[in-house]
Amino acid sequence: MTNEALIGLIFLPLLGACATVLPGRFATYLGILSGLAPLPLLLVAVTLSVAQNGPGFLELGGWAAPLGIRLFVDPLAVLMLWMVAIIGGLAAIHAWCDFPPASPSGQRFWPLWLLLTSAMNALFLSADLFNLYVCLELITLTAIPLIALTGSKTAVRAAMRYLLLALLASLLYLLGVALLYNATGTLDLYLMRDALAAAPPAAVVATLALISLGLLLKGAVFPLHVWLPKAHASAPGPVSAVLSALVVKTAIYLLYRVWLWSVPATVAAEQALTLLAILGAGALLYGGVLALLQQRLKLVIAYSTVAQLGYLLLILPMASSGAWPVAWQGGTYQLLSHGLAKAAMFLAAANILHALGSDRLSDLQRLDQRQPLSLFALAVAGVSIMGLPPSGGFLAKWLLLDAAFRSGQWWLLAVLVAGSLLAAAYVFRILAASLRRDDPTEADPVADTKAIPNVQTACAVLLALLALAAGFAAAPMIEFIGPGAPGAWSRP
Amino acid sequence: MNPSALIYLLTAAIVFGIGLHGLLQSRQILRQLLCINLMGGGIFLLLITLGGGADGPPDPVPQAMVLTGIVIAVSATAFALALLLRWHELGDSTELDAVANADANTHDE
Amino acid sequence: MSFGWQALPLYIILVSVVTGILVFMLGEQRQHTRTVLNLAGAILKLALILIMLLAIQAGTTFEFRLPLLPGLDLLLHADRLTMLFATLSALLWLVTTVYAIGYLEQSPNRARFFGFFSLCVAATMGVASAGNLFTFFIFYELLTLATWPLVVHRGTPEAFAAGRIYLAYTLAGGILLLVGLIWLHALAGAGDFILDGSLAPIASGNENALRAIFVLLMLGFGVKAALLPLHSWLPRAMVAPAPVSALLHAVAVVKAGAFGLVRLIQDVFGFQLAASLGLTDLLAWVAGVTIIYGSVLALKQSDLKRRLAYSTVSQVSYIALGVATGGVLATIGGLVHLVHQGLTKITLFFCAGNYAEAYGIHKVEDLDGLGECMPVTSVCFTIAALGMIGVPPMAGFITKWHLGAGAMAAGAPWVILILVASTLLNAAYFLPLLQRIWFRPLTEEIARRDDRLGRIRQVALIAPTVFVAVTALAAGLLAGIPGSPLFWVTRMVGAEGP
Repeated sequence: MTNEALIGLIFLPLLGACATVLPGRFATYLGILSGLAPLPLLLVAVTLSVAQNGPGFLELGGWAAPLGIRLFVDPLAVLMLWMVAIIGGLAAIHAWCDFPPASPSGQRFWPLWLLLTSAMNALFLSADLFNLYVCLELITLTAIPLIALTGSKTAVRAAMRYLLLALLASLLYLLGVALLYNATGTLDLYLMRDALAAAPPAAVVATLALISLGLLLKGAVFPLHVWLPKAHASAPGPVSAVLSALVVKTAIYLLYRVWLWSVPATVAAEQALTLLAILGAGALLYGGVLALLQQRLKLVIAYSTVAQLGYLLLILPMASSGAWPVAWQGGTYQLLSHGLAKAAMFLAAANILHALGSDRLSDLQRLDQRQPLSLFALAVAGVSIMGLPPSGGFLAKWLLLDAAFRSGQWWLLAVLVAGSLLAAAYVFRILAASLRRDDPTEADPVADTKAIPNVQTACAVLLALLALAAGFAAAPMIEFIGPGAPGAWSRP
Repeated sequence: MNPSALIYLLTAAIVFGIGLHGLLQSRQILRQLLCINLMGGGIFLLLITLGGGADGPPDPVPQAMVLTGIVIAVSATAFALALLLRWHELGDSTELDAVANADANTHDE
Repeated sequence: MSFGWQALPLYIILVSVVTGILVFMLGEQRQHTRTVLNLAGAILKLALILIMLLAIQAGTTFEFRLPLLPGLDLLLHADRLTMLFATLSALLWLVTTVYAIGYLEQSPNRARFFGFFSLCVAATMGVASAGNLFTFFIFYELLTLATWPLVVHRGTPEAFAAGRIYLAYTLAGGILLLVGLIWLHALAGAGDFILDGSLAPIASGNENALRAIFVLLMLGFGVKAALLPLHSWLPRAMVAPAPVSALLHAVAVVKAGAFGLVRLIQDVFGFQLAASLGLTDLLAWVAGVTIIYGSVLALKQSDLKRRLAYSTVSQVSYIALGVATGGVLATIGGLVHLVHQGLTKITLFFCAGNYAEAYGIHKVEDLDGLGECMPVTSVCFTIAALGMIGVPPMAGFITKWHLGAGAMAAGAPWVILILVASTLLNAAYFLPLLQRIWFRPLTEEIARRDDRLGRIRQVALIAPTVFVAVTALAAGLLAGIPGSPLFWVTRMVGAEGP
């Protein structure tokens, strides 16, 4: 049952994508619905199974590793899959209004969307490094056309830049994988640790450096983030949401898998993790400062993504300390709550852009009367981004600070504090711009505001409320997520 | 490892290096695309060489990887060309202008 | 987790939250519905608190627990200190709501105002009933979030500048609080660390860590309590409408900070431990300096609301001073001032709002002769000002008497000096105002202005003012009878020990 569910998670959206390109409306509707609607149901089955039986492998076609390609499902993968289902699902509902399936724009949009969903699901489940390469490429080749879909100059330029860097990143990753295969004779993430321990150190360093470099580039980790803000800011709203909430996280997810599951816990590896955390700190501070300098709402949110990704790397140097379980809880919870909040912000920003015809901060004034619910979504999600209670972001930040304290890594504490103050500054800058009222005589501020379909508003609000609710329902999820990577990193 | 393998390895490294150099040096998108393909070629050559098996039959896994990789490279290139065409239509340019940053905050819809 | 009768503190918070949400949803136009809703929410909340008060008298305990993180719960409970703060805030919320309805009539964005107003009171109730520091922190930060839109309500550049300063101070304070809290959590382990004496067993060997934690928490609370040198957001926040100032000063923000300091000394560390680490002396000195400094600056202000703001800076520190001095009497003095200062200061702000609304008066110089044309407001102002100075038998005197006697008992005679100096300074900045109001002739310019209050606003503004003035007067005059704030506080301190 679970095996079928796992395969369904990958293949239903894939088949759906095939259906949407068939002629006729019926095929399009059928493709979208059959590709997306069953995902939560399948996930319930997978979640129950993982909660009951623990992590598990699925050998595709009955071929055992190392020859065969395996799927691996554990709580982390389940978490990511749920994020794809929920965030992707709500973003899809939002997209339904802008890209009606029967319209020409919809005909271009939905096959790409379904393929992207399928590719992300496949990535979170794959245990094979080369298979992961294919997934990464699929994600790149579906996400970028989605960015370019509006056809505007900004969008095409951002897409082009993203594409060139993404292809470079893929090649670096592929080169790393090639060297790794030569050094270890396996591509399976979970069979690699012993082989890596035995391999010549120089080869290991080169491989891991190449793979990590490729992933850092794809994950837009400072200082390799240059492509992200414009790409995310010029994409259509639901695409921005999914890019920021999910797509960049796929690279971070793989970094976790490689470094925490596959690399032997040596002193050198620990130093590498510290280096990654330093990049994360740089992201948090640099992204935060740049978010503060932007004049457009979507760019503020996009730079905020650059910053928030930093949190996810900051936990890495604690991998060998006693504080690791807490750090891991904080990292994964940040993964979740940032996803929800960031998607809510991008959808709300898309609504605002639609309604006002501009998303310049200076044009946002009196937003509380012109787009009250979008502003509400923006504000509530902003609270989570700032890490203030009550929100998922707050609980994540609490756990991260707690872990930094317990591990005695004071610099992490300082970075976390500085990062959250910067986040507060850029979120409140948006809110202040929205409450401003330069011309008190202006009679009817609502007059020049276009109406937004209620469904679109609802999607943004719902995501924001989920980010808020994450501030109250952490305990069961954290229990489910467990202590993270298997034993090797945690020393007594 | 036999001498011919060494030649292949060197060639792979050189091809990859030329590609990387060109990618970083060139402003023309088309050239950059070609360079990316060159780099890919270098990696494929490396994979095939490493999987060559000095004694005994060659390892099939790298072969499969290269086949898949070629398919991906072709489709990525095709998409990139289509995007480039669109970019050319929009702005009559085949470069991503260096002044792109100047209008980072503008909104052109 | 139980959602039964035991969870009453949660429901009291939810009453305000739901009122706020409904007000937001109603929108700007449905004014009558909104008024009814606001009043109904405030009255229901007050009623629930009175019921809870009676139930606690009868021996019921209230507790609501929701696990948020492994080993960390959202814990709401109701002890005597909770009830003191909760009753005060619920009562003053009702009064301020009435006042605000009158004050903001015809002004824009009222739905937004009343929505956040309700959320602000919900957060205050949360602060009051927090059963551990973690919960306290959650509501403390929520209070920051809910008050910011009120501070910037007018939407002018000055309002946003004040809002920025407010955020800079409170969020930075919040971070210090958070760091202190996490340190304490790491040191003391899981559990509800707001129980008296729970830190004593781990104290030996960790003295310096505990001192550092105390200072971090003190700074975190000190920002909202406007302790020197963290006070300067408060006078700037005076750009907010008068009901907001009243609420900020008398009930919500400043009091939440002071309440945090009380909890810190009494419940988190316990007076014995804090005193043995030399921490109460630290707080007492900071509070003492703040009292004098605030009063001196109040003297210099020519803007009425700013003068009142600096007066708040000074007066709120009495609470910290009393609690930090220790001993039964001083503690009573500090805690009862929580109520006395609230009632008195809200009266003063209402009066200042009335002057501003009726004649557009903001400056101290323009108060001349106003007793003539606004007698009721002026009488209320006089009662409150005398109460602040501490003229017997006003409420302020009750506070100062207990503080002074407690200081002698606790062997800290320097506190008497502070009290004397502060009383003289209070007199120096309030008496000239009274002299202007009653004994100077009305200036011609003011006399030519029309009273801009309509008949309905007359009632909506004056009635709450009179009510709080009378309550403040009664708190002093009737301090000896059962049911007075002093009575409650005395029982509280007597029951739980200093």
